[in-house]
Amino acid sequence: MALRETAEQIFPELAQKQRTFLLAGAAGLVLSAVGYTMNPEQFFSSYLLAYMLVLGLTLGALGFVMIHQLSGGAWGVVARQSLGAASRVMPVVTLLFIPIAIGMPHLYEWTHADVVNADPILRGKAAYLNTSFFLVRAAIYFIVWNGLVFLLNKWSKEQDETGNLELPLRMQRVSAGGLLLHVLCVSFAAFDWVMSRDPHWFSTIYGALVLVGQGLVAMAFQIIVLAWLARRKPMSEALTPVYLGDLAGLMFAMVVLWAYMSFSQYLIIWSGNLPEEIMWYLHREQPGWIPLAIVLVVFHFAAPFFLLLMRGIKRNPSLVTKVAMLVIVARVIDLFWLIAPETHHEGFVLSWMDLVLPAAMFALWVGLYFQQLRQRPLLPLNDPQFEEALGPAFAHADHGTAH
Amino acid sequence: MAEFETATQLVAAATKTREAGYVDVDAYSPIPIEELHHAIGFPHTKLPLMVLIGGLLGGMGGFSLEYWVSAVAYPLNIGGKPLVSWPMFIPVTFECTILAASLTAVFGMLMLNKLPMPYHPVFNVPRFAMASRNRFFLCIEATDRQFDLDRTREFLTSLDGAHEVTAVAN
Repeated sequence: MALRETAEQIFPELAQKQRTFLLAGAAGLVLSAVGYTMNPEQFFSSYLLAYMLVLGLTLGALGFVMIHQLSGGAWGVVARQSLGAASRVMPVVTLLFIPIAIGMPHLYEWTHADVVNADPILRGKAAYLNTSFFLVRAAIYFIVWNGLVFLLNKWSKEQDETGNLELPLRMQRVSAGGLLLHVLCVSFAAFDWVMSRDPHWFSTIYGALVLVGQGLVAMAFQIIVLAWLARRKPMSEALTPVYLGDLAGLMFAMVVLWAYMSFSQYLIIWSGNLPEEIMWYLHREQPGWIPLAIVLVVFHFAAPFFLLLMRGIKRNPSLVTKVAMLVIVARVIDLFWLIAPETHHEGFVLSWMDLVLPAAMFALWVGLYFQQLRQRPLLPLNDPQFEEALGPAFAHADHGTAH
Repeated sequence: MAEFETATQLVAAATKTREAGYVDVDAYSPIPIEELHHAIGFPHTKLPLMVLIGGLLGGMGGFSLEYWVSAVAYPLNIGGKPLVSWPMFIPVTFECTILAASLTAVFGMLMLNKLPMPYHPVFNVPRFAMASRNRFFLCIEATDRQFDLDRTREFLTSLDGAHEVTAVAN
């Protein structure tokens, strides 16, 4: 049985795919560099959109790794190697933040001293919204994320190799504190990097909204990959229709949570009707943005909601893959809805960079993810929950050394 | 009716019974067994559809209630907002959807499975009390087309792990 073989040995074609994705990503990034020389304002706006997408794919995976450490569950035993691979892209995602730090004057109006001085509200916020503190905070977020990714993946690898029973306990402890830190970091990063594009506006649920969006895009991506990996053993044995349904159920939960939070934010601001709060929505009532909101309601909520209500879809690999693809596209549109109207207060504008940059960054990220995925087995070895979750499927297999 | 000691034996036996062509079959287990409903060929129930309809009716009811209260019965100008301020109606609409759907689920379930049932012939078998502890039972009902007291008893006895095969009087 192929349990100890790495993904590289089971799927030799991953190397070729990795190269293709990395090349496509690099080509797209070079192409968009042309856009930078033409319109830096638009370039950085699109870059932020692309960055938030790959950040979500990485951090959402990290979040699920920690949730699984605390909650257990067969879905996590099936998905944790792939989730871990996604989280290990974090160091490169950290480097990809550099252009945002460089592009701050184009992205955030509060970086301009003259704008802040002329504006009493921004003067009041200057203790928090200033360039050096912004960069210090970013450094803290990245230290926390990279630290968690490093520790959890290191111990997970040790567990594969030794089966030391101390390790699950250690991973649980780190996940408990880590999850708390993670939620705070994602929340504040969302305030800093996206919400502060409109520095007058604030919404406390905004961070949670971005957090849920990250969980959603990460789970949708994992479902697509796992359904593909289930073409061959051992994933074909492990990803039973029931477990696939569990993963799709988590995606469904994220869809509902996103809709719940988005609507809560809208309802509270709409009913309060205060000038400093409604500006954010008024910018999005400019010509052309409203249809985008309707697209979000239909394709980010209604369509996946009703499709994922049906067990027949949730448990069918090819159907649930299609829903997951729809969800990823909807996530990009939602990020576009959060970011782009701040660049174009005058009305709807879709730049070619809003398409090329997210596509390029996504391709680059997938390439890096494949690189990580190839290095380890597809299912965890020596996981204490393995027997309970996948015992019947691998009754006669030798899965690990510590028996 | 046959008695089994493990869930695995019960599922295997149920599968064989279905393959042998028996239709009016019921299985009793102290714990939920995921595969069992498939093994005894349990038909899809109408419950999901009933819950969906219940939820939709509840949602429409909630929205209509809000509409009637704020636009027809007590039209009040609140903060200069239109009388039919639909965003404000959504929480009540949502709650009524959930309420109606869950009530439909509970009472629809009771209606379809005819519980609570104070008397059932299987209670006449003293050992059946074990069905709520650590024994698993498979019952082929006399109403089945293939039912024949002797041959069905023989069939049940032949199943793997079956013991204490009893004929249950009505």
